[in-house]
Amino acid sequence: MKKIISHVAFGLLGLSVSAAAVAGPAEDRAAFQKFYENRFPDTPVSDFQNGVYSILPSARAQWEEIEEFPPYELAIERGEEIYNKTFANGKSLASCFGDDGAVRSQYPNWDKERGMVVTMELAINECLEANGEKPLKYKKGAMADVSAFMSYNSRGQMVNVEIPSDDPRALAAYENGKEHFYTKRGQLNFACADCHMYTAGNLYRADTTSPAFGHATSWPVFRSKWQAMGTLHRRFAGCHNNIRANPYKAQGEEYRNLEYFVTYMSNDLEFNGPAARK
Amino acid sequence: MKGQLLTAILASALIAPLASADSVAEGKSIAWDRKKGNCLTCHMFEGGQQTGNVGPPMVAMKARFPEREALVEYIKDPTKRNPMTAMPPFGRNLILTEAEINKVVDYLYTLN
Repeated sequence: MKKIISHVAFGLLGLSVSAAAVAGPAEDRAAFQKFYENRFPDTPVSDFQNGVYSILPSARAQWEEIEEFPPYELAIERGEEIYNKTFANGKSLASCFGDDGAVRSQYPNWDKERGMVVTMELAINECLEANGEKPLKYKKGAMADVSAFMSYNSRGQMVNVEIPSDDPRALAAYENGKEHFYTKRGQLNFACADCHMYTAGNLYRADTTSPAFGHATSWPVFRSKWQAMGTLHRRFAGCHNNIRANPYKAQGEEYRNLEYFVTYMSNDLEFNGPAARK
Repeated sequence: MKGQLLTAILASALIAPLASADSVAEGKSIAWDRKKGNCLTCHMFEGGQQTGNVGPPMVAMKARFPEREALVEYIKDPTKRNPMTAMPPFGRNLILTEAEINKVVDYLYTLN
Protein backbone atom coordinates (compact mmCIF):
# COMPACT_ATOMS: atom_id res chain seq x y z
CA MET A 1 0.00 0.00 0.00
CA LYS A 2 2.75 2.33 1.00
CA LYS A 3 4.48 1.53 -2.23
CA ILE A 4 1.39 2.42 -4.22
CA ILE A 5 1.07 5.77 -2.48
CA SER A 6 4.65 6.64 -3.15
CA HIS A 7 4.19 5.65 -6.78
CA VAL A 8 1.13 7.82 -7.07
CA ALA A 9 2.91 10.70 -5.39
CA PHE A 10 5.86 10.28 -7.71
CA GLY A 11 3.57 10.19 -10.68
CA LEU A 12 1.81 13.40 -9.64
CA LEU A 13 5.09 15.09 -9.03
CA GLY A 14 6.31 14.11 -12.46
CA LEU A 15 3.12 15.44 -14.00
CA SER A 16 3.31 18.81 -12.26
CA VAL A 17 6.97 19.23 -13.17
CA SER A 18 6.37 18.52 -16.83
CA ALA A 19 3.35 20.84 -16.86
CA ALA A 20 5.46 23.66 -15.46
CA ALA A 21 8.20 22.96 -17.96
CA VAL A 22 5.87 23.52 -20.92
CA ALA A 23 3.88 26.52 -19.71
CA GLY A 24 0.97 27.15 -22.01
CA PRO A 25 -2.17 29.28 -21.92
CA ALA A 26 -3.65 27.40 -18.95
CA GLU A 27 -0.55 27.97 -16.83
CA ASP A 28 -0.37 31.60 -18.00
CA ARG A 29 -3.94 32.17 -16.92
CA ALA A 30 -3.50 30.59 -13.50
CA ALA A 31 -0.43 32.75 -12.83
CA PHE A 32 -2.16 35.85 -14.22
CA GLN A 33 -5.23 35.47 -12.04
CA LYS A 34 -3.10 34.63 -9.02
CA PHE A 35 -1.18 37.87 -9.51
CA TYR A 36 -4.37 39.93 -9.14
CA GLU A 37 -5.67 37.86 -6.24
CA ASN A 38 -2.40 38.55 -4.41
CA ARG A 39 -2.32 42.23 -5.33
CA PHE A 40 -5.95 42.81 -4.34
CA PRO A 41 -6.66 40.33 -1.54
CA ASP A 42 -9.85 42.18 -0.53
CA THR A 43 -11.46 41.72 -3.94
CA PRO A 44 -13.55 38.55 -4.37
CA VAL A 45 -12.40 36.89 -7.60
CA SER A 46 -15.82 37.13 -9.23
CA ASP A 47 -15.80 40.90 -8.69
CA PHE A 48 -12.88 41.63 -11.02
CA GLN A 49 -15.40 41.83 -13.86
CA ASN A 50 -16.39 45.22 -12.45
CA GLY A 51 -13.14 46.80 -13.54
CA VAL A 52 -11.62 49.54 -11.43
CA TYR A 53 -14.63 49.50 -9.09
CA SER A 54 -13.60 46.03 -7.94
CA ILE A 55 -10.53 47.59 -6.30
CA LEU A 56 -11.70 51.12 -5.54
CA PRO A 57 -14.30 51.15 -2.77
CA SER A 58 -14.29 54.98 -2.70
CA ALA A 59 -15.69 55.19 -6.24
CA ARG A 60 -17.98 52.20 -6.02
CA ALA A 61 -21.04 53.81 -4.44
CA GLN A 62 -21.21 56.47 -7.12
CA TRP A 63 -20.76 53.88 -9.86
CA GLU A 64 -23.54 51.73 -8.41
CA GLU A 65 -25.81 54.78 -8.45
CA ILE A 66 -24.98 55.36 -12.11
CA GLU A 67 -25.74 51.71 -12.91
CA GLU A 68 -29.22 52.15 -11.41
CA PHE A 69 -30.14 54.49 -14.26
CA PRO A 70 -27.60 53.23 -16.74
CA PRO A 71 -26.35 55.65 -19.40
CA TYR A 72 -26.18 52.73 -21.88
CA GLU A 73 -29.91 52.03 -21.72
CA LEU A 74 -30.71 54.03 -24.86
CA ALA A 75 -27.89 52.24 -26.69
CA ILE A 76 -29.50 48.89 -25.90
CA GLU A 77 -32.80 50.16 -27.31
CA ARG A 78 -31.16 51.52 -30.44
CA GLY A 79 -29.23 48.27 -30.78
CA GLU A 80 -32.44 46.24 -30.55
CA GLU A 81 -33.96 48.22 -33.41
CA ILE A 82 -30.93 47.67 -35.61
CA TYR A 83 -30.85 44.03 -34.61
CA ASN A 84 -34.43 43.44 -35.71
CA LYS A 85 -34.39 45.63 -38.79
CA THR A 86 -35.19 43.67 -41.91
CA PHE A 87 -32.45 43.58 -44.54
CA ALA A 88 -33.21 44.19 -48.22
CA ASN A 89 -33.13 40.40 -48.65
CA GLY A 90 -35.77 39.89 -45.95
CA LYS A 91 -33.37 38.57 -43.35
CA SER A 92 -31.98 40.34 -40.28
CA LEU A 93 -29.15 40.06 -37.75
CA ALA A 94 -31.46 37.65 -35.94
CA SER A 95 -31.03 35.28 -38.90
CA CYS A 96 -27.35 35.02 -37.93
CA PHE A 97 -27.45 35.24 -34.14
CA GLY A 98 -30.90 34.03 -33.09
CA ASP A 99 -33.90 35.90 -31.75
CA ASP A 100 -32.17 37.57 -28.83
CA GLY A 101 -28.55 37.66 -29.97
CA ALA A 102 -27.38 36.16 -26.69
CA VAL A 103 -24.17 34.81 -28.17
CA ARG A 104 -21.54 36.83 -26.28
CA SER A 105 -19.83 33.81 -24.76
CA GLN A 106 -19.18 32.35 -28.23
CA TYR A 107 -16.65 35.13 -28.88
CA PRO A 108 -13.83 35.67 -29.37
CA ASN A 109 -13.29 32.27 -30.95
CA TRP A 110 -10.77 30.57 -33.18
CA ASP A 111 -11.97 30.03 -36.74
CA LYS A 112 -10.00 27.03 -37.85
CA GLU A 113 -11.05 27.26 -41.48
CA ARG A 114 -9.81 30.79 -41.90
CA GLY A 115 -7.04 30.52 -39.32
CA MET A 116 -8.04 33.67 -37.45
CA VAL A 117 -9.65 35.02 -34.30
CA VAL A 118 -13.28 36.05 -34.79
CA THR A 119 -14.75 38.63 -32.40
CA MET A 120 -18.44 39.38 -31.95
CA GLU A 121 -18.15 42.74 -33.71
CA LEU A 122 -16.38 41.15 -36.67
CA ALA A 123 -19.10 38.48 -36.84
CA ILE A 124 -21.80 41.19 -36.83
CA ASN A 125 -20.26 42.90 -39.84
CA GLU A 126 -19.71 39.60 -41.63
CA CYS A 127 -23.39 38.83 -41.16
CA LEU A 128 -24.33 42.22 -42.57
CA GLU A 129 -22.03 41.87 -45.57
CA ALA A 130 -23.04 38.28 -46.29
CA ASN A 131 -26.58 39.60 -46.60
CA GLY A 132 -25.69 42.48 -48.88
CA GLU A 133 -25.84 45.15 -46.15
CA LYS A 134 -23.25 47.83 -45.45
CA PRO A 135 -20.82 47.04 -42.62
CA LEU A 136 -20.78 49.26 -39.51
CA LYS A 137 -17.85 51.25 -38.19
CA TYR A 138 -16.15 49.32 -35.42
CA LYS A 139 -15.44 51.78 -32.64
CA LYS A 140 -18.72 53.51 -31.79
CA GLY A 141 -22.21 54.34 -32.95
CA ALA A 142 -24.45 51.65 -34.40
CA MET A 143 -21.90 48.85 -33.87
CA ALA A 144 -21.54 49.71 -30.18
CA ASP A 145 -25.35 49.81 -29.93
CA VAL A 146 -25.88 46.38 -31.51
CA SER A 147 -23.05 44.98 -29.41
CA ALA A 148 -24.67 46.51 -26.30
CA PHE A 149 -27.99 44.85 -27.11
CA MET A 150 -26.42 41.45 -27.71
CA SER A 151 -24.17 41.73 -24.65
CA TYR A 152 -27.09 42.77 -22.47
CA ASN A 153 -29.04 39.67 -23.51
CA SER A 154 -25.94 37.59 -22.81
CA ARG A 155 -25.33 38.85 -19.28
CA GLY A 156 -24.36 36.09 -16.92
CA GLN A 157 -22.76 33.88 -19.56
CA MET A 158 -19.35 32.65 -18.48
CA VAL A 159 -16.22 33.74 -20.27
CA ASN A 160 -14.90 30.54 -21.78
CA VAL A 161 -12.43 31.32 -24.53
CA GLU A 162 -10.77 28.27 -26.01
CA ILE A 163 -7.31 27.99 -27.52
CA PRO A 164 -7.71 24.75 -29.46
CA SER A 165 -4.63 22.63 -28.99
CA ASP A 166 -5.04 20.89 -32.35
CA ASP A 167 -4.21 24.05 -34.31
CA PRO A 168 -0.80 25.64 -33.69
CA ARG A 169 -2.01 28.82 -35.40
CA ALA A 170 -4.48 29.38 -32.55
CA LEU A 171 -1.66 29.21 -30.03
CA ALA A 172 0.37 31.56 -32.22
CA ALA A 173 -2.50 34.08 -32.23
CA TYR A 174 -2.74 33.81 -28.45
CA GLU A 175 1.04 34.25 -28.09
CA ASN A 176 0.87 37.28 -30.36
CA GLY A 177 -1.79 38.87 -28.14
CA LYS A 178 0.22 37.98 -25.04
CA GLU A 179 3.37 39.52 -26.48
CA HIS A 180 1.43 42.66 -27.31
CA PHE A 181 0.16 42.89 -23.73
CA TYR A 182 3.63 42.71 -22.19
CA THR A 183 5.59 44.71 -24.77
CA LYS A 184 6.48 48.34 -24.12
CA ARG A 185 5.59 50.64 -26.97
CA GLY A 186 5.00 54.25 -27.94
CA GLN A 187 7.02 57.34 -27.13
CA LEU A 188 6.07 56.98 -23.47
CA ASN A 189 7.23 53.35 -23.49
CA PHE A 190 4.29 51.68 -21.76
CA ALA A 191 3.10 48.10 -22.02
CA CYS A 192 -0.54 47.25 -21.23
CA ALA A 193 0.96 45.35 -18.29
CA ASP A 194 2.70 48.45 -16.90
CA CYS A 195 -0.56 50.26 -16.08
CA HIS A 196 -2.97 47.36 -15.78
CA MET A 197 -0.83 44.76 -14.07
CA TYR A 198 2.37 45.93 -12.35
CA THR A 199 0.94 49.29 -11.22
CA ALA A 200 -2.77 48.42 -11.36
CA GLY A 201 -4.51 50.27 -8.55
CA ASN A 202 -1.96 53.08 -8.45
CA LEU A 203 -2.86 56.69 -9.10
CA TYR A 204 -1.94 58.30 -12.40
CA ARG A 205 -2.94 61.86 -11.48
CA ALA A 206 -6.45 61.33 -10.13
CA ASP A 207 -7.08 58.12 -12.08
CA THR A 208 -6.66 54.66 -10.63
CA THR A 209 -5.63 52.13 -13.24
CA SER A 210 -7.87 49.10 -13.51
CA PRO A 211 -6.79 45.46 -13.25
CA ALA A 212 -6.49 43.69 -16.62
CA PHE A 213 -8.10 40.63 -15.04
CA GLY A 214 -11.73 41.25 -15.93
CA HIS A 215 -10.98 43.86 -18.57
CA ALA A 216 -12.72 42.09 -21.40
CA THR A 217 -16.03 41.15 -19.76
CA SER A 218 -18.03 44.37 -19.75
CA TRP A 219 -17.94 45.72 -23.30
CA PRO A 220 -19.19 47.82 -24.91
CA VAL A 221 -19.16 50.55 -22.28
CA PHE A 222 -20.63 53.99 -21.83
CA ARG A 223 -17.56 55.94 -20.83
CA SER A 224 -18.07 59.23 -18.99
CA LYS A 225 -15.00 60.67 -20.70
CA TRP A 226 -16.51 59.90 -24.13
CA GLN A 227 -20.07 60.73 -23.11
CA ALA A 228 -20.92 57.92 -25.50
CA MET A 229 -20.66 54.22 -26.13
CA GLY A 230 -17.49 52.61 -27.36
CA THR A 231 -16.22 49.14 -28.15
CA LEU A 232 -13.20 47.37 -26.67
CA HIS A 233 -11.14 48.17 -29.75
CA ARG A 234 -12.00 51.86 -29.40
CA ARG A 235 -10.50 51.67 -25.92
CA PHE A 236 -7.42 49.80 -27.16
CA ALA A 237 -6.81 52.62 -29.63
CA GLY A 238 -7.39 55.26 -26.94
CA CYS A 239 -4.81 53.61 -24.68
CA HIS A 240 -2.33 53.57 -27.52
CA ASN A 241 -2.93 57.27 -28.15
CA ASN A 242 -2.36 57.96 -24.44
CA ILE A 243 1.08 56.37 -24.54
CA ARG A 244 1.82 58.10 -27.87
CA ALA A 245 1.86 54.89 -29.87
CA ASN A 246 0.24 54.49 -33.26
CA PRO A 247 -3.06 52.70 -32.71
CA TYR A 248 -3.75 49.60 -34.76
CA LYS A 249 -6.82 49.17 -36.91
CA ALA A 250 -9.99 48.26 -35.02
CA GLN A 251 -10.72 44.59 -35.73
CA GLY A 252 -7.39 44.16 -37.47
CA GLU A 253 -5.35 41.09 -36.60
CA GLU A 254 -3.29 42.79 -33.84
CA TYR A 255 -6.30 43.91 -31.79
CA ARG A 256 -8.26 40.71 -32.40
CA ASN A 257 -5.32 38.70 -31.08
CA LEU A 258 -5.02 41.05 -28.10
CA GLU A 259 -8.73 40.59 -27.40
CA TYR A 260 -8.20 36.81 -27.67
CA PHE A 261 -5.48 36.98 -25.02
CA VAL A 262 -7.14 39.37 -22.56
CA THR A 263 -10.51 37.63 -22.81
CA TYR A 264 -8.90 34.24 -22.27
CA MET A 265 -7.22 35.68 -19.16
CA SER A 266 -10.72 36.46 -17.82
CA ASN A 267 -12.07 32.95 -18.33
CA ASP A 268 -14.47 31.89 -15.56
CA LEU A 269 -15.67 35.44 -14.93
CA GLU A 270 -19.09 36.47 -16.27
CA PHE A 271 -19.82 38.56 -19.30
CA ASN A 272 -21.55 41.61 -17.79
CA GLY A 273 -21.67 44.20 -20.53
CA PRO A 274 -22.66 46.77 -21.34
CA ALA A 275 -21.31 48.77 -18.43
CA ALA A 276 -20.67 52.32 -17.25
CA ARG A 277 -17.05 53.33 -16.79
CA LYS A 278 -15.17 56.52 -16.05
CA MET B 1 26.44 56.29 6.71
CA LYS B 2 24.53 59.39 7.67
CA GLY B 3 27.79 61.27 7.93
CA GLN B 4 28.86 60.03 4.52
CA LEU B 5 25.56 61.07 3.00
CA LEU B 6 25.85 64.51 4.56
CA THR B 7 29.40 64.85 3.28
CA ALA B 8 28.25 63.84 -0.18
CA ILE B 9 25.46 66.40 -0.11
CA LEU B 10 27.78 69.15 1.08
CA ALA B 11 30.43 68.19 -1.44
CA SER B 12 27.99 68.18 -4.34
CA ALA B 13 26.64 71.55 -3.20
CA LEU B 14 30.17 72.94 -3.29
CA ILE B 15 31.16 71.41 -6.62
CA ALA B 16 27.97 71.79 -8.62
CA PRO B 17 27.47 75.20 -10.15
CA LEU B 18 24.49 76.95 -8.65
CA ALA B 19 21.49 76.77 -10.93
CA SER B 20 20.03 80.10 -11.89
CA ALA B 21 16.61 81.04 -10.58
CA ASP B 22 15.42 81.24 -14.19
CA SER B 23 16.43 77.72 -15.02
CA VAL B 24 14.82 76.39 -11.82
CA ALA B 25 11.57 78.15 -12.74
CA GLU B 26 11.77 76.85 -16.31
CA GLY B 27 12.55 73.37 -15.03
CA LYS B 28 9.48 73.47 -12.83
CA SER B 29 7.27 74.55 -15.67
CA ILE B 30 8.65 71.77 -17.92
CA ALA B 31 8.19 69.19 -15.16
CA TRP B 32 4.62 70.28 -14.47
CA ASP B 33 3.53 70.79 -18.11
CA ARG B 34 1.23 67.94 -19.16
CA LYS B 35 2.65 68.07 -22.68
CA LYS B 36 6.27 68.07 -21.49
CA GLY B 37 7.50 66.22 -18.41
CA ASN B 38 4.02 65.67 -16.97
CA CYS B 39 5.88 64.35 -13.92
CA LEU B 40 2.93 64.92 -11.55
CA THR B 41 1.04 62.10 -13.26
CA CYS B 42 3.20 59.64 -11.34
CA HIS B 43 5.11 61.64 -8.69
CA MET B 44 4.04 63.70 -5.70
CA PHE B 45 5.44 67.25 -5.82
CA GLU B 46 4.92 69.68 -2.99
CA GLY B 47 2.20 72.12 -4.01
CA GLY B 48 0.96 69.89 -6.84
CA GLN B 49 -2.73 69.00 -7.15
CA GLN B 50 -3.91 65.46 -7.87
CA THR B 51 -0.45 64.00 -8.05
CA GLY B 52 0.00 60.30 -8.79
CA ASN B 53 1.72 57.64 -6.74
CA VAL B 54 3.19 55.36 -9.40
CA GLY B 55 6.70 56.62 -8.68
CA PRO B 56 8.24 57.85 -5.42
CA PRO B 57 7.50 61.37 -4.09
CA MET B 58 9.94 64.03 -5.31
CA VAL B 59 11.66 64.90 -2.06
CA ALA B 60 15.30 64.92 -0.93
CA MET B 61 16.44 64.63 -4.52
CA LYS B 62 19.98 65.73 -3.80
CA ALA B 63 20.35 63.13 -1.07
CA ARG B 64 18.95 60.45 -3.34
CA PHE B 65 21.04 61.48 -6.37
CA PRO B 66 24.20 63.12 -4.99
CA GLU B 67 25.71 62.91 -8.46
CA ARG B 68 23.92 65.23 -10.82
CA GLU B 69 24.96 63.27 -13.90
CA ALA B 70 23.38 60.11 -12.49
CA LEU B 71 20.03 61.89 -12.19
CA VAL B 72 20.31 63.33 -15.70
CA GLU B 73 21.11 59.88 -17.06
CA TYR B 74 18.26 58.34 -15.09
CA ILE B 75 15.72 60.75 -16.59
CA LYS B 76 17.17 60.24 -20.05
CA ASP B 77 16.64 56.48 -19.87
CA PRO B 78 15.50 54.91 -16.58
CA THR B 79 15.14 51.51 -18.29
CA LYS B 80 18.94 51.20 -18.21
CA ARG B 81 18.73 50.72 -14.45
CA ASN B 82 15.38 48.99 -14.38
CA PRO B 83 14.05 47.54 -17.66
CA MET B 84 10.62 47.03 -16.07
CA THR B 85 10.14 50.61 -14.89
CA ALA B 86 6.98 52.43 -15.96
CA MET B 87 8.93 55.69 -16.23
CA PRO B 88 9.30 56.93 -19.81
CA PRO B 89 12.80 57.34 -21.27
CA PHE B 90 12.58 61.11 -21.64
CA GLY B 91 15.90 61.51 -23.44
CA ARG B 92 16.07 58.33 -25.48
CA ASN B 93 12.55 58.77 -26.84
CA LEU B 94 12.99 62.51 -27.43
CA ILE B 95 10.20 63.51 -25.07
CA LEU B 96 12.44 66.25 -23.62
CA THR B 97 15.65 67.76 -24.96
CA GLU B 98 18.93 67.50 -23.10
CA ALA B 99 18.66 71.19 -22.14
CA GLU B 100 15.12 70.65 -20.83
CA ILE B 101 16.21 67.66 -18.78
CA ASN B 102 19.00 69.70 -17.24
CA LYS B 103 16.56 72.44 -16.26
CA VAL B 104 14.26 69.83 -14.73
CA VAL B 105 17.22 68.57 -12.70
CA ASP B 106 17.98 72.13 -11.56
CA TYR B 107 14.42 72.27 -10.29
CA LEU B 108 14.49 68.78 -8.75
CA TYR B 109 17.60 69.70 -6.80
CA THR B 110 15.65 72.47 -5.04
CA LEU B 111 13.17 69.92 -3.64
CA ASN B 112 13.99 68.99 -0.07
